[in-house]
Amino acid sequence: MKIAVCVKQVPDTWAEKALKAADSTLDRDAADGVMNELDEYAVEEALKLTEAHGGEVVVVTMGPERAGETVRKALSMGADSGVHLVDETLHGSDALATSYALAEVLKDRGFDLVMFGSESTDARMSVVPAMVAERLGIAQLTFAQKVEVSGPTVTIQRATETGYDTVEAQTPAVVSVVEKINEPRYPSFKGIMAAKKKPVETLSVSDAGLDAARLGLSAAWSQVEDFAARPPKAAGTIVVDEGDGGAKLAGFLAEQKFI
Amino acid sequence: MSYPWKGRSVTRLMPTEESVELMALVEDFAASELAPKAGPAEESADFPRESLRALGAMGILGLPFDSAYGGAEQPYEVVLPVLEELARAWLSVGISVSVHYLACFPLAAYGTDAQRDRWLADMVGGDLLGGYCLSEPQSGSDAAALATSAVLDGADYVVNGTKAWITHGGRADFYSVMVRTSDHGPKGISCLLVDGATTGLSSAPPERKMGANASPTAQVILTDARVPADRLMAAEGAGFSVALAALDAGRLGIAACAVGLAQAALDAAVAYAAERRQFGRAISGFQGVSFMLADMATAVAGARALYLEAARLKDAGLQFGTAAAMAKLAATDAAMKVTTDAVQVLGGAGYTKDFPVERYFREAKVLQIVEGTNQVQRLVIGRALGQGPARQ
Repeated sequence: MKIAVCVKQVPDTWAEKALKAADSTLDRDAADGVMNELDEYAVEEALKLTEAHGGEVVVVTMGPERAGETVRKALSMGADSGVHLVDETLHGSDALATSYALAEVLKDRGFDLVMFGSESTDARMSVVPAMVAERLGIAQLTFAQKVEVSGPTVTIQRATETGYDTVEAQTPAVVSVVEKINEPRYPSFKGIMAAKKKPVETLSVSDAGLDAARLGLSAAWSQVEDFAARPPKAAGTIVVDEGDGGAKLAGFLAEQKFI
Repeated sequence: MSYPWKGRSVTRLMPTEESVELMALVEDFAASELAPKAGPAEESADFPRESLRALGAMGILGLPFDSAYGGAEQPYEVVLPVLEELARAWLSVGISVSVHYLACFPLAAYGTDAQRDRWLADMVGGDLLGGYCLSEPQSGSDAAALATSAVLDGADYVVNGTKAWITHGGRADFYSVMVRTSDHGPKGISCLLVDGATTGLSSAPPERKMGANASPTAQVILTDARVPADRLMAAEGAGFSVALAALDAGRLGIAACAVGLAQAALDAAVAYAAERRQFGRAISGFQGVSFMLADMATAVAGARALYLEAARLKDAGLQFGTAAAMAKLAATDAAMKVTTDAVQVLGGAGYTKDFPVERYFREAKVLQIVEGTNQVQRLVIGRALGQGPARQ
């Protein structure tokens, strides 16, 4: 089977994140970039599936030149090849534009599965997998904590708040995974060496046949008007119990809309 | 040409691009998989066999060995910083990997092609772990006095004796064992590659040590153990030279582990001194503390430079035994001093088990003793200067 795994480079989890004053987009130079953590689980699951069923894993990313490191990481884990969509025009693309660009890159490549981490640690919207499925006109199996493939049927356990739902679809399909699904492997040194020789296809917006007017900051459906750092914690409110402490506390909670 | 790698504690110049990626991989693994487990596992003396298996799968257990046998053929200039990073997170793991290299060395360096074809790929492949048996209860620094006997009987050596202070004793899959095949002093010593499952090979309960208890140390007892004669490494009587050559490289491993431990202690002391406030400011602002930290950092950097210098001599195929002894001596003495001072910087807190520095302090001591006490290192260095006593 042929599996695409869409991965995203995000600022290191522990790094101080910042927005750029000029255009209110994420300052990607302010912190080291790493592969979005949940995407590592998607890569791991794709590798496990191809190890069990044969086939190949193609890692796909969209992002600045530096995002190539994330493709390299997936290749060192064992993915076979990479596709990197990189273009100035993409800067500031929202989820709709991202899903459009990814879908265009993914279509007509004969993938049986397109896998994602279920959210990124920077944007945290959890919508791109569903949007890509919709644009490709294929089934979406999201929030998978377990994936099984049998012939053309793919079955997942969709993690819910109370347990899981069993959901199945025919390939091709989009699958997004949650962290319960597996334990991503560390690359081996041999994997690192081998990754250097694996092919990575670099595409510009025009290479991919994309409409530039639908991409980037100017095409985004929402604009960031303004932003500010979270204010430092203010001193707490002290309630002095003069026999009416309980009522005061309840009043405070009601005022803050907790109750 | 060198490639910078900016680690969390240290910026290093690495010789290749892939070694930079290797360092990032090792640091990541050490921070996520080793450091959080170290404290509790040391407390309960749990041997981290699974972590070593994971390192094996990553290729770390075959790092210095021939790629024809599945190794990564990395120079010691790369191997030692890897050991340092492992030991910075967990000394016992750094020691385990270093001892594994030591155990593979006799076959890798002195085995015949036929012997290497048969065993080396498995030994460096990551699943197996080795032990190195030189010392005996009555033969420590005077290693040439070892008494474990190996008598040829048909196609086997029959081995009898007790080996002492064996890292991975009872847990290793194979052992490089120095045995006596004749009475000719050092020239009567031979090296056998012994399967851990050999009938007649057993181990005593692990020693109850001051520290590094997650790294099991035990006597290995051989009672009429039959070892096939084709498991002889190098010639009969050449074993003592094999043992000493293995130790030259092994000492570099211990030096790197010592630097990692010292770096961990330094990092802990620096972090604490920046947070702890007395007399209205962080104690790192007081010259009495900052000078201590400066001396600690200088000792760590000096020891690191010394092991790297020795590694480069080795990688270039030059004599490096004296440099290795100097590196082991300086690095392990530095580790003792730095961990002692780290406890001092943390004051009362440093003396409690709520902080890791008391453990670092206990662990440092063993490094001044293993793979040749630091007095033996001075003997090696002094002898090379032409001032030491002649070998008996």
